[in-house]
Amino acid sequence: MLAYTIRRFGQSFIVLVFMSFLVFVGVYAIGNPVELLVNPQADEAERIRATAALGLDKPFLEQYWGFLKGAAKGDLGKSFVFNVPALTLILEKLPATIELAFVAMVIAISLGIPLGLVAGLKPDSFIGRGIMAGSIMGFSLPTFWVGLVLIMIFSVHLGWLPSNGRGETVLVAGIPVSFLTMDGIAHLAMPATNLALFKLSLLIRLTRAGTREAVLQDYVKFARAKGLPQRRVIGVHVLKNILIPIVTVIGLELGSVIAFAIVTESIFAWPGTGKLLIDSINQLDRPVIVAYLLVIVSLFVVINFVVDVLYSLLDPRVRLGGAAAAH
Amino acid sequence: MSALPTAALAKDREVSIGLQAAITSMDPHYHNLSPNNSMMLHMFEPLIRRDANQKPVPSLATSWRAVDDLTWEFKLRKNVRFHDGSPFTAEDVVFTLKRVPNVPNSPSSFATFTKPIVDVKVVDPHTIVFKTATPHVLLPSDLASVLIVSKGAGEKAATEDYNSGKAAIGTGPYKFAEYVPNQRVVLKANYGYWGGEEPWDKITFKILTNPAARVAALLSGDVQMIETVPTSDIAKLSKDPKFNLVDKVSNRVIYVHLNQSTEKSPPFVTDKSGKPLEKNPFRDARVRKALSMGINRDAIADRIMEKKAVPAAQLLPDFFYGTSKKLKPARFDPEGAKKLLAEAGYPNGFAITIHGPNNRYINDDKIAQAIAQFYTRIGVDAKVETMPSAVYFTRATKLEFGYMVLGWGTESGEQGSSLRSLLATYDRNKGMGVTNRGRYSNPELDKALTIALVTMDEKKREALIQQAAEIAMNDTALIPIHYEVSTWATAKGLRYEARTDQYTLASGLKPAK
Amino acid sequence: MAEPARVEGPWVRFWHEFAESRLALVGLALLALVVAIAILAPVISPQNPYDLAQLDVMDSKLAPGEASGTGKTYWLGTDDQGRDMLSGIYYGLRISLGVGIASTIFALAIGLVFGLVAAYFGGWVDTLVMRIVDIQLSFPAILIALVLLAVLGQGVDKIVVALVTVQWAYYARTVRSSALVERQKEYIEAARVLALGQARVVFRHLLPNCLPPLIVVATVQVAHAIALEATLSFLGLGLPITEPSLGLLISNGFQYLLSGKYWISFYPGIALLVTIMAINLVADQLRDVLNPRLRK
Repeated sequence: MLAYTIRRFGQSFIVLVFMSFLVFVGVYAIGNPVELLVNPQADEAERIRATAALGLDKPFLEQYWGFLKGAAKGDLGKSFVFNVPALTLILEKLPATIELAFVAMVIAISLGIPLGLVAGLKPDSFIGRGIMAGSIMGFSLPTFWVGLVLIMIFSVHLGWLPSNGRGETVLVAGIPVSFLTMDGIAHLAMPATNLALFKLSLLIRLTRAGTREAVLQDYVKFARAKGLPQRRVIGVHVLKNILIPIVTVIGLELGSVIAFAIVTESIFAWPGTGKLLIDSINQLDRPVIVAYLLVIVSLFVVINFVVDVLYSLLDPRVRLGGAAAAH
Repeated sequence: MSALPTAALAKDREVSIGLQAAITSMDPHYHNLSPNNSMMLHMFEPLIRRDANQKPVPSLATSWRAVDDLTWEFKLRKNVRFHDGSPFTAEDVVFTLKRVPNVPNSPSSFATFTKPIVDVKVVDPHTIVFKTATPHVLLPSDLASVLIVSKGAGEKAATEDYNSGKAAIGTGPYKFAEYVPNQRVVLKANYGYWGGEEPWDKITFKILTNPAARVAALLSGDVQMIETVPTSDIAKLSKDPKFNLVDKVSNRVIYVHLNQSTEKSPPFVTDKSGKPLEKNPFRDARVRKALSMGINRDAIADRIMEKKAVPAAQLLPDFFYGTSKKLKPARFDPEGAKKLLAEAGYPNGFAITIHGPNNRYINDDKIAQAIAQFYTRIGVDAKVETMPSAVYFTRATKLEFGYMVLGWGTESGEQGSSLRSLLATYDRNKGMGVTNRGRYSNPELDKALTIALVTMDEKKREALIQQAAEIAMNDTALIPIHYEVSTWATAKGLRYEARTDQYTLASGLKPAK
Repeated sequence: MAEPARVEGPWVRFWHEFAESRLALVGLALLALVVAIAILAPVISPQNPYDLAQLDVMDSKLAPGEASGTGKTYWLGTDDQGRDMLSGIYYGLRISLGVGIASTIFALAIGLVFGLVAAYFGGWVDTLVMRIVDIQLSFPAILIALVLLAVLGQGVDKIVVALVTVQWAYYARTVRSSALVERQKEYIEAARVLALGQARVVFRHLLPNCLPPLIVVATVQVAHAIALEATLSFLGLGLPITEPSLGLLISNGFQYLLSGKYWISFYPGIALLVTIMAINLVADQLRDVLNPRLRK
């Protein structure tokens, strides 16, 4: 187990180095940040000064090497735009995004799995079909469109919920969270719902598909034949069997929700990392983009690791790190 | 419970404003960027300020004069105090001039404005003399862009100290309260302000970059004012009795640069079968004129911009310094354009791709598309490619395009500077034609601009710039389309004094009488 | 696998099983209609919305049915360039469907191969593939799209490349996770013991049994691809604005939602909804019919 963990994180380290290089190449390919940052009226001397101030006068590989040296010391560089350490900028915004992502996932899971179970157990009933038809709505409309419609209804017409921003926060273990205050919940409701819709639909469908398969499996039939109560059959035998793909997808989606809440955050002006990322990309603020991706990849690595550990707990047939040994 | 009325009263003097772009720093010398410059004017002041029409008016300086061609004397305002209570003197000006070119990591500095000054002499605490190496008539205009910081608070202070508020000590009407990058800025009233009482105790600026989010915030009452109302929402908002809409023609012109850098076809310009042309058509003034006549500016202003644009004939609306009243927007005339193209040797037209940004100027991508539509009427096949500015401007500067839709805001409010940047022969080292992406070159124009730069007589100088503008525009050196009209929307009961420089200043927002 | 003998051919039987759900039939009818519209768009559209010569900006933003200055009537109104919404939707459907299906097929194929290979071989192959997947999944779609836009330029084919680049890793992970479970099962062991070729084991035995969850994901992803294309358009990274897809029409109209000019965004939204609903209704039933274990 320990060896597995060490190997896994060793690989992740290589991934991080490779990623940062890709971002350097990517930003280099997109354009020149000086073009966007410097005042267009500036003369040549000012351009040269600005290019040097941002360290963009050095050869490409030297810039990257400089970044690696800094990164080894924990310094990921300063934002071109804000002149603030990129990591600080991201860590300040991360709690807001993680909070939004978690609330969205909780909404998706707490509604998605029960609804999916119902739809899977009674596939031909009115309710089952209704749930399925409804779930289609969840992923057929673009997020930005749904977001604005939500604002139109709940903020503009009904005036129930604030249209933008994050509500009042309280410190929990030194981290500001907003889901404990009424104001915070009011601000969270719409963006979290907006973000949850797609995941909700996906979970409903996965759960339903898994359930339909499971109820036909011999062990479930057997359990039923034995006269076990319905609740136990579903709760233990069906659910357990369908959890593996669901855990995978939840893991994946949690990561992607955190990483790419871009659209939702920009429509609801949610002060998180997604909005920071899109602004940074638009400004070619390379240090922030690189640092952001490194943080996100590290997050993914941890999530994937947890997912794999969960596999082994849910299904003893999957052995951690044993895949290689099996041959 | 008895405290309630006072609390309600205090709340009345609080206001939230939705801004369209991030404020990247609270250091007034870190980043020469419109949104920053606008924000900084709340806390800091220049020697000379620009009013709502960008006319220079006294601020921290009460008067100024050119002693001779190379010497300027400024009288400073007395009894002005910084937010920390220390008095404002000539030493603070000296300190500011020293600091401006030396802000570490600045992505765009203000050094351009202080560079002409080679020597500073403090005559007494309220009189200061500047020396320049060559005659520099634009000095007062340049100094309007330089905000004075406190020497006491600013010495040894870095940009971080301004961002944290520690060094953000100015003389302006509002004081620093909170700065959260990319999210909000909170300011409090400076009750000791020399200019008298301000309408607000506390202002919260929220960064709402998404236009729809900005409007939604106003509609739902989360903010009391927004800047840059999306044109799509103007019609509805102006009919709604709960809101007030104000607008003003701005100093920003939307124009087209035609790439004249190549002998043969410039990039993305071919004949209709896709083969390159023998000659660069954009080097022919008749072709340029035809392309200008082929654009229906009224239709763009009316239909695309919802009337929030004014068809343009030059680089600034004609009430600005150095503009010519003789210049009129080209009339939409497809037949005349066709005839001119035929005369120039293109009776069957040619094919171009119109390139433009899609997140930089108001409705930029729609304007590009509408132009392409008009060109089908004059026999020019036009494709349209729009892209985010992150990609667009780098490629445009590398001259990878042929027909480029661009915009230009003249912060100085005088047309000489925009002519020099956009149309003087490209020579970055001399600071001429620095943004001349069309590579238009006309010795006659260069001459007029160079002489104007060292002419100290205001009348003569303005005449020279007007002459330069007429030379350039009659030659269709570039194709001006329209001046953007800036808009602000406020909740009923408030009124904003609209400005040509697109700045959003809380001092201009007052309860409507 | 012994099958009960029937008189009908396999296709007839398949059809009967499919037709058991009336909802699926409705879906099929809708899908047929949508596909027909997409194919016939140039014939049935009142206007070629991609030909700028046929547009007139003076006719812009007309409400549905409102009389225009040029004497034409636009039954679903016009957009900000004077483009007939009905024609725009017909043509947009064509592009959106094409982009969605093409990118899903390519992404699925790539993801399938990588996922199966990773799961079957395990060891360093698995490690390598999964780390590439990690990298891919953590790269924001917008950054990839922006790089591709800067390097390749704009166009339908470039959008497909961008969508495939963004999505293949998703399939790879999903496939791998099901394959990992299947691989341990007896029938694979049996196939191995029989010394069948590796490719044969992977594609004939492993693949079919990994398919059901994949079909769920894939149908959802066709829709997702279309929506992602719309989002990229919304961020200014999509197709050329003169040749709008449904997604681009929606995002163009998006800014008019608050202003009361609902039709610019609403009708394309409905068209998108119907399309995706039809795809999914059909796909749901197909999956049930095709799944050997659900057969009665």
